[in-house]
Amino acid sequence: MSGTPMKQTAPMLARRPAFKLEGLPIIVVFFVLIGLFIGFAPGVFLNWPIYNSFLVTIPPMLILSLGLTLVIAAGEIDLSFPAVIALSGFLFAYVTRHFGMPWLGLAAAIAGGAVIGIINGWLVAVIGIPSIIITIGTSFFWSGVATVLSGGMSYTLQRLTGSAINGVFAGTLFGIPAEAFWALGVAVAVWFILNRHRFGEHLLFIGDSREVARVVGINTMRERIKLFVLMGALAGFASVLMTLENLSYFPTQGQGILLSALAAVFIGGTSVFGGSATVVGSFFGALIIGMLDAGIVATGVAGFWVEVIVGLVFVSAVVLHIGLDDPARLRLLHRRLRGRT
Amino acid sequence: MSDRAYEHIVRAEKLCVSFGKVRALTDIDLAIGRNEIVGLIGDNGAGKSTLIKTLTGVIPPSSGRLFIRDQAVDWNNFSVRRAHDLRFETVYQEKSLGEKQPLWRNFFVGRQIVNRFGFINVREERRIANEILQRQLGFRGVGIDAESTVSKLSGGERQGIAIGRAMHFDADLIILDEPTTALAIKEVQKVLDFVRRIKESGRAAIYIEHNLAHVHALADRLVVLDRGRIVANIRPAEMDLEELTRFLIGLQQTKHAGVAA
Repeated sequence: MSGTPMKQTAPMLARRPAFKLEGLPIIVVFFVLIGLFIGFAPGVFLNWPIYNSFLVTIPPMLILSLGLTLVIAAGEIDLSFPAVIALSGFLFAYVTRHFGMPWLGLAAAIAGGAVIGIINGWLVAVIGIPSIIITIGTSFFWSGVATVLSGGMSYTLQRLTGSAINGVFAGTLFGIPAEAFWALGVAVAVWFILNRHRFGEHLLFIGDSREVARVVGINTMRERIKLFVLMGALAGFASVLMTLENLSYFPTQGQGILLSALAAVFIGGTSVFGGSATVVGSFFGALIIGMLDAGIVATGVAGFWVEVIVGLVFVSAVVLHIGLDDPARLRLLHRRLRGRT
Repeated sequence: MSDRAYEHIVRAEKLCVSFGKVRALTDIDLAIGRNEIVGLIGDNGAGKSTLIKTLTGVIPPSSGRLFIRDQAVDWNNFSVRRAHDLRFETVYQEKSLGEKQPLWRNFFVGRQIVNRFGFINVREERRIANEILQRQLGFRGVGIDAESTVSKLSGGERQGIAIGRAMHFDADLIILDEPTTALAIKEVQKVLDFVRRIKESGRAAIYIEHNLAHVHALADRLVVLDRGRIVANIRPAEMDLEELTRFLIGLQQTKHAGVAA
């Protein structure tokens, strides 16, 4: 089965750099930002407490953006996770309060998210409704359900102070908040799923082209349902982290996280077109988004400016990414902008 | 590599396919030897793709028999999946490769080398992919390796990758559906080289093509379909390109005469 090498004109130039670190542009942005913060507010950013508070506030959003990375890699979107946070948080608080079993509450919260995921996945993959449309609908529905069930009231869970579950998910280890370890663990797991597992490869091919995915023998329905289940379960878990950190549940606790989590994914360099994604990028993207708020205020810029600066960082990170990391995507974008009718 | 101890990789007997009242294929008798490249030609609507789809389990026939490796096929148990298991692979014009994915993923997707938890052995897949690229396809010193993404390949190279994948997974029959359509001349040359490799490696191929010069140069035998029937079996050695062209134009004229009558 040997053959002579194919006749070919002059050898082509190397088609890609010899070494490439995943998410490099965004890692650079991250450190530049830290440098700027230290420059403008050394008193705050050369001391531990601010980082400690980041490690508490960022993890839930980080976990959501990791799940979204997989969803977007498959060419789908899930906008219903804030509703999952509302409903799963309620399930956790309710089971904890009325049955005194917080671990069962954790299971209920994750299972609740997974069930919402099954429904989303079924509507998307089997019925064939575009995910951007259907998850807006289910988002309204489930946050409405959460409001009805909770009567719009918050639940305080002060009784969990000092409990095992609080220690595991909201305590500290070596002086570092437990949430940070959980988020890191999820990040590593999601990286391996996307880059090293059959499931992740299937998601990438589905995002690349559903037609190709079918031809090469991928069960695109089953894989997409699994994807939404995973996203729902992660949102349920993130909800428990939020509830435990505050030791109280608010029906509104998922609000405001939608854009942050999405921004983290796109800032990190994941393509909105599906078929490619970077978990490392989303990880640092979430850190940046999570730091900006407190960071800008700490540097003494008026709070009004926060969103302006977030917007600027977002746009420049995305443009930087396209230019540096993958010039091919810039061309793709060009083609899409010009060729699309 | 499988031992190919059979006479015909596929043999159809009196195969008929109807869509409602429309007869798409009538009494197809076709046998393809185990190391034969058969060119399938005919006008649009002659039944070329229907025939291919029947042989690969996409369309069930209304009557007739099929033998694969000289064994009769049970139609109730014949499907795309089954054809795949019987090592038939189809290389489509497009839609065979994931654009943004590296070649090693494209070679193995759907048939990954995994441990029992489903994690991919990336190192092994990369190694084998590079081997296929260099040994089987002859991509040497051309700047393409297992990490290259499909979007950076030319049209001809893409066909080569799809053919290489089929050969690696030991397909005994590779079906090429107009692989050179819309390719530049230099690219066509590459694809024809890849098809020759199928022959060299002892496999069979069915090659659907509009461009007569390409099939004529490559096929061991040309099967001409017209209005759902096989109207000629031609050995390229016995009929040159010009005669072939004239023959096909003649067919066209009888067709129009038939319609007029």
